[in-house]
Amino acid sequence: MLWALLKKRLAQLCLVTWGVGTLTFVLMRSLPGDMAYRIAASRYGQDNVDSAAAELVRQELNLDQGWFSSYTSWLLDLLQFNLGNSLVSGLPVSETVAHQLGHSLLLAGCGILLSVLIALPLGTLSAKKGGVVNLVVVWFSTFTRAMPVFVLGLILILLFAMEWQLLPVAGFGTWQHLVLPSITLAISLAAVSNRVVHNSVRRVLRSPFYQFSRVKGLTEGQTFLRHGVRNMAVPVVAFIGIQLVSVIEGIVMIESLFSWPGVGHGLAHAIFARDIPVIQGCALTMGILFVVLNSLIDVLCYWIDPRGQQEQ
Amino acid sequence: MNHLIQLTDLSISAKEVALLQPLSLTLYRNKPITILGQTGSGKSLLAQAIVGLLPSELSQQGKVEVFGQTHDRHSVMSLWGKEVIMLPQEPWRALDPLMPAYRQVAEVYECLHGMDEESAFNHALADLDKVGLRNSAAKKPGQLSGGMAQRLAVTAATAGGAKLILADEPTKGLDVSRRDDIIQLLMTSARDGGLLTITHDIEVARQIGGDIIVMKEGVVVEQGLAAQILDNPQHAYTQSLIAADPRHWEQREKSSIEKTPVLAVKNLSIGRQGKALSKDINFTIHTGEVVGVIGDSGCGKSTLGDTLLGLLTPVAGSVNKHIDGVKPHQWLKLFQDPPAAFTASVTLGVLLEDLVKLHKLDRQRIAPLMSKLKLAPVLLARKSTEVSGGELQRFAILRALLLDPVFLFADEPTSRLDPIIAKEVTDLLVDLAKEQGCALLLVSHDPHMIAKRCDTVIQL
Amino acid sequence: MMKQFNLNQKLGFGLLLGLFLFAILVGWLSPYSIDQQDLAHRLLTPDANHWFGTDHFGRDMMTRLASAIILSFSLGVLCVLSASVLGVTLGVCAAWAGGRVEQGLDILVNILLALPGLVLVLLLSAIAPGSFLMMYLAISLVQWVEYYRVTRAITRTLMDSPERQVSVMMGFGKWYQFKRHIWPAVAPSVFTMGAFGGANAILMMASLGFVAVGIQPPLAELGLMSVELFPFYAEAPWVLAQPLLVVALLVLGFQLLAGASRESLNSAD
Repeated sequence: MLWALLKKRLAQLCLVTWGVGTLTFVLMRSLPGDMAYRIAASRYGQDNVDSAAAELVRQELNLDQGWFSSYTSWLLDLLQFNLGNSLVSGLPVSETVAHQLGHSLLLAGCGILLSVLIALPLGTLSAKKGGVVNLVVVWFSTFTRAMPVFVLGLILILLFAMEWQLLPVAGFGTWQHLVLPSITLAISLAAVSNRVVHNSVRRVLRSPFYQFSRVKGLTEGQTFLRHGVRNMAVPVVAFIGIQLVSVIEGIVMIESLFSWPGVGHGLAHAIFARDIPVIQGCALTMGILFVVLNSLIDVLCYWIDPRGQQEQ
Repeated sequence: MNHLIQLTDLSISAKEVALLQPLSLTLYRNKPITILGQTGSGKSLLAQAIVGLLPSELSQQGKVEVFGQTHDRHSVMSLWGKEVIMLPQEPWRALDPLMPAYRQVAEVYECLHGMDEESAFNHALADLDKVGLRNSAAKKPGQLSGGMAQRLAVTAATAGGAKLILADEPTKGLDVSRRDDIIQLLMTSARDGGLLTITHDIEVARQIGGDIIVMKEGVVVEQGLAAQILDNPQHAYTQSLIAADPRHWEQREKSSIEKTPVLAVKNLSIGRQGKALSKDINFTIHTGEVVGVIGDSGCGKSTLGDTLLGLLTPVAGSVNKHIDGVKPHQWLKLFQDPPAAFTASVTLGVLLEDLVKLHKLDRQRIAPLMSKLKLAPVLLARKSTEVSGGELQRFAILRALLLDPVFLFADEPTSRLDPIIAKEVTDLLVDLAKEQGCALLLVSHDPHMIAKRCDTVIQL
Repeated sequence: MMKQFNLNQKLGFGLLLGLFLFAILVGWLSPYSIDQQDLAHRLLTPDANHWFGTDHFGRDMMTRLASAIILSFSLGVLCVLSASVLGVTLGVCAAWAGGRVEQGLDILVNILLALPGLVLVLLLSAIAPGSFLMMYLAISLVQWVEYYRVTRAITRTLMDSPERQVSVMMGFGKWYQFKRHIWPAVAPSVFTMGAFGGANAILMMASLGFVAVGIQPPLAELGLMSVELFPFYAEAPWVLAQPLLVVALLVLGFQLLAGASRESLNSAD
């Protein structure tokens, strides 16, 4: 059962690599105008470019070959982890992306951690107390969910960085720069996940087996620890898997907004500048990261409840 | 002090509606009480009120004394596990699905008796051994059968040492042999203590003995010694309840069987996914014949019916349909759970219309059939979720009979229904099937029902 | 269907209807066009000529908002319709036919699920930036998968259900089984997913506008407007607030309309 799951993820890994590679290839071929000239211009500056430079770029990217041989050599390069150099900076893509990945992981890690720290207490409390507490949490969640994540970020910037001048607006360097981006990510995730926690806690607290444990004589605390936690965790952990999508999508938006030098920011800028190799590198990294994280979640879910979710 | 529970004018209501009329009873040591009644009699609510598990929307009045002390719904919680225990109605749902069996027992020893992990484990294993579950100690509840789950629930519940046991429908859905095991287990666990059992099964009441209280719609209808009430019921309701037990049904005359075979089975082995459940089955079914199939859970009764209908392939052997000129839609099945056989998206009337339009049936037949099945015309305007289980099952019979079936497979058609309704439905089914000359394959786990109503019996 | 809506859903429907009517009316009656510049009257506070003020190019905000709302609505509705029809059809086919059909579709779905939707949409939009058609195709491509999975899961359980078995035995054909058994079971989920899908499509379009790969200026789009107006937050906060507020209201409307919570859908998976 677990093997089947992991095999599927492995296949996804191959497919995502192929998919991203193909899409970026199509992207490259679809750009209008003389690509080579434009890329050379962006690399050396508008005044310094000449047809020789453009010719070099043309050779480099195989822009003059027929599409099929071009495609195969593109894929071969990809398989050998040859991601080429940035068209804008000239630096090797793998190096650039590796750096960016580190920053993104830092942001993602802090964001997810904070979101869990927010969602778990909020969800559990609103499930146990109900009433006004629950209503307030529901309103907060609904309101926050309705905003695109960059609007949330904008509001936080307006408040904390511009009005109250407590934190820097954007950029990278000190720990203060990490605060606003990770809080933005955390809030956008927690707004949804706290409801999942709430539903799961509610369901378990009302379940016959929870009641039976109390009737057997165990105290509330003992029942919660022994019967509550594990059963509550199952849908929550599975939901984290679904939230990974929001994490990666959020990273793109948040890094762009806060100029955080991660993979998302890299991707947005590369798209803007038509820097194909970097586009490929960033998109590929995100895809691989996504599949790897999903595999980890699969393993975690299996460890908690080997029946698998189909049986619920 | 000999009385364990004393109720004085206990009543339960939901807002303005009275669910249980004021009731007084006393439970003595070693004199079990069985509360007998059907759904809606308020019997479960009574037990919940005693133990403090009444849903908070309902209110209770009157005095509840346990072990001589007056309790309300909060104070009685301190007695849970050590003094009083209530067994859940559906053990599958009452056992933590992620925790292995032995732990569900051992944790009671750890938490209530303060034992360390190892001694708790040994005690738990010993308890499980006593009920024959030692080999399943590491299994999770999902891997246990209904009877095993119930035994586990009883073991886990009594590990705390409670001698006052309340059991709500402890034998629901169990086979005859499992049922008897559980009853014995309950009586042993409650020795020198008290036992209050809630059930609709007469046989359970008979085996437990002690006193019986018969309830109908929140009111006590009759009470007294078990033997007396069961042999000599005074109230009309009690009489119909006892008459509904298949043991007391009158024996129908076995009809002379026409020699027209509908289906013949030779050296049949049935099973699912290649694994055989039962082998070497041989018989022939004729028109208008009622054939009963009995056997324990898991022996393949449902599988046999599905195989005869062609829904499953036989593992070995052959099924031969002998009758000619018969359309595929004249081989039909009745299901155990009536609501599952109907879509809730449209009214029952619309569903019938669909059938009439599809096969161009004669609409005139509907009304007389409905009155024979005691179905009020107003039901046609309701959806399947707005109709009771008994009515829905009768509607299923109506739907089937309209198609002039030659073979009807009834898969435990009454096991989810209350006893009095169950008898009605079974009688209607058998009578109408014979009238239309339809062969009926009736599956049940109750051997008495089969013996009293079937012309031929197959034992798996 | 309206009477089965709960209070939240009625609120959401009302909100969306209000925004839609506002946009239609303004679009019809406004004397301005969305790219009509008037640099003498930049960043005006709301007055008699410009009820919502003007932006940094002197363009009338109300007109631009109305145009942006119509754009978002169109994209949202189109994407939801396409994705749901495709997803439900394929989901039913996969669960019904099983075997090779299901396996083939599973592989396709696996590919699509390997990348988070926004990244895929970004890549595809980069191929044809500013193209409404490309955005519509990309977002629909990403969204149909969810309908497929949920429909397939529900249909699968129905395949083995007594109610369908009875219909089959009684001689009813495939279309009847779909009409009476499958569709009633699937419809509520499809509606909820559709409402959330609408919200998501609008969010994605705004996000694309935010990173300049979406709708291009001088067209009016909510995300694009937010980016263009952000530098003026101190001078003219009321102008910046408008696209932010409108996008939030649009998304809120769809989310309220959905009724059930998104998380509960996953238990059917």
